[in-house]
Amino acid sequence: MLYREAGQFKATYVEDSEIFPIRQDKFGIALILAAAFVGIPLLSVAGILADYTFTAILTPFLIFALATLGLNILTGYAGQLSLGTAAFMAVGAFASYNFMLRIDGMPILGAFILGGLCAAAVGIVFGLPSLRIRGFYLAAATLATQFFIVWVLTKVGWFTNYNSSGVITAQKIEMFGYTFDTAFSKYLFVLSVVTVMALLAKNMVRTNVGRSWMAIRDMDMAAEVIGFRPMRTKLLAFAVSSFYCGVAGALFAYAYLGTVEPEGFSLDLSFRILFMVIIGGVGSILGSFFGAAFIVLVPIFLNTFTGFLENTVGIGLPSGISSSIELMVFGALIIFFLIVEPHGLARLWQIGKEKLRLWPFPH
Amino acid sequence: MQFFLEVLIGGLLSGIMYSLVALGFVLIYKASGVFNFAQGAMVYFAALTTVGLVDSGMSLWLAILLTMVAMVVLGLLTEKIVLRPLVAQHEITLFMATIGLTFFVEGLAQAIWGANVRALDLGIEDVPLEWLLESANIAVSQFDLIASGIAATLVILLAIFFSKTKIGRALRAVADDHQAALSIGIPLQHIWAIVWAVAGFVALVAGLLWGARNGVQFALTFVALKALPVLILGGFTSVPGAILGGLIIGASEKLAEVYIGPHVGGGIEGWFPYVLALLFLLVRPEGLFGEKIIRRI
Repeated sequence: MLYREAGQFKATYVEDSEIFPIRQDKFGIALILAAAFVGIPLLSVAGILADYTFTAILTPFLIFALATLGLNILTGYAGQLSLGTAAFMAVGAFASYNFMLRIDGMPILGAFILGGLCAAAVGIVFGLPSLRIRGFYLAAATLATQFFIVWVLTKVGWFTNYNSSGVITAQKIEMFGYTFDTAFSKYLFVLSVVTVMALLAKNMVRTNVGRSWMAIRDMDMAAEVIGFRPMRTKLLAFAVSSFYCGVAGALFAYAYLGTVEPEGFSLDLSFRILFMVIIGGVGSILGSFFGAAFIVLVPIFLNTFTGFLENTVGIGLPSGISSSIELMVFGALIIFFLIVEPHGLARLWQIGKEKLRLWPFPH
Repeated sequence: MQFFLEVLIGGLLSGIMYSLVALGFVLIYKASGVFNFAQGAMVYFAALTTVGLVDSGMSLWLAILLTMVAMVVLGLLTEKIVLRPLVAQHEITLFMATIGLTFFVEGLAQAIWGANVRALDLGIEDVPLEWLLESANIAVSQFDLIASGIAATLVILLAIFFSKTKIGRALRAVADDHQAALSIGIPLQHIWAIVWAVAGFVALVAGLLWGARNGVQFALTFVALKALPVLILGGFTSVPGAILGGLIIGASEKLAEVYIGPHVGGGIEGWFPYVLALLFLLVRPEGLFGEKIIRRI
């Protein structure tokens, strides 16, 4: 009863081509955006949310969600498995840094977009092998991206402005004379960028571009036969995906870490983002957010939980062992999730929608 | 020329060690279609368990035996708890499950034995072979040579096991076609259990050799990453491919580091094998000995 699209008629083409055609979805999205843009700031002003919430949970969550979105476009929609996400993020971050550094009066958003475009260009180059190889061969080949780019950024001093330790310190985020320097304002900045890009992605995957990706993913030969050009489609997927990852990487450096080195974009980060895609749901925009939330929250939750155990029950573990056990729990949770819901959290939401549609009737 | 030969031989010998790790991947991929990323973690787990047992006062051979048992149990449990519920899922899902397993096994190893670097002494000294040094003035490590000998023996044994024994034939049948194998009465679950046990054994050997070479430390898990270019070069499903791929990767990696490295700032060992494998793939997308998938259109 609650989630029923029956009776919602579309009378114009404009109505028919809306991103969220169903009233409930529109309402839900509006509610979420209102909560994120108004509700959370109010809570923060009221002093209920500490800075920690923004720096350690909300901002990284949004940035990872954007990177996950990028990888999801490539892996979920276009079906090309990639293990080089962190490298594309690194390209975005370092390119933005250099644009800001070397061009006077560069607007920050311009630098982010240019950084994203650089990542897209790198993505196209390293996407070329996908035309010949597929599946795990491609995944292993994308590792070349990962190692090569981190190596280049480490070895070529120009990228880090010849910093002796190879670290870049991101410039301030300034727009229209306002400096985003508090945790809270950075959160709002990231939120705005992520909202716009997520809506764009949501729109893109239902246009002919998105459909051509899905056609290639489901059966590349059939897609070719009905007239999609595999080379263009695949490379476009690499470019768009890398653009998203690049912008996420720039945000990662500018709004989250502040100072970052090439090694910060390690294979571990790539894996983490791949986890977010799989746990959130392959081929789902919403799932990217679920997955990012899950992976960001689990370590924090585990930390709090072990701290809680120590304080109340008095079972204190030596720090070395507790971090190993965290690793074990993390691994076990991932396996558990894959067994229980191999299609990810987005699938749970779909099942939930189905239930809401019928409720309170059994059929 | 002597220097070139020295580098080449050193590279080939370390290449055999790469093949050893790659072999663990191939075994599991062949039989169950799972790309087992946890192989590196298994190598680490095996080495750490052996060292831990030796350090607690056990003799080396007993420690190896006990570790062997532990590896088989680990393999069996993995098959039962992780992979059986995921049967028929998409291969990316299975791959992710093995990454989860990687975290779990690494955490388990460190929780039991601690994260310190430990030395493993197999009683083989890492000195250059004297007669070769004297006659041809080429330094080849005795340890590397013996390690390669062990690796080569293992590879040959596995090759015989795969081609001559009944279980080996069943393994190949399963690898070929799961359903056809089931329909002629090959017990799929047993076969998978055996494969995981064998992979655990291979991980043990690799862990001992690598651990004795570089010390038993967390970096051992990265050996798995070295094995990946070997795999793409040799083909995911081919035992000879893993060996030849390992040799090519090992030799070219060392030669590149020595001859190209100084011109570009060094440290190219990390990515050179991947780029090499990638370029190779552009010519032969299925690797050296991989199954050729014929696609028309």
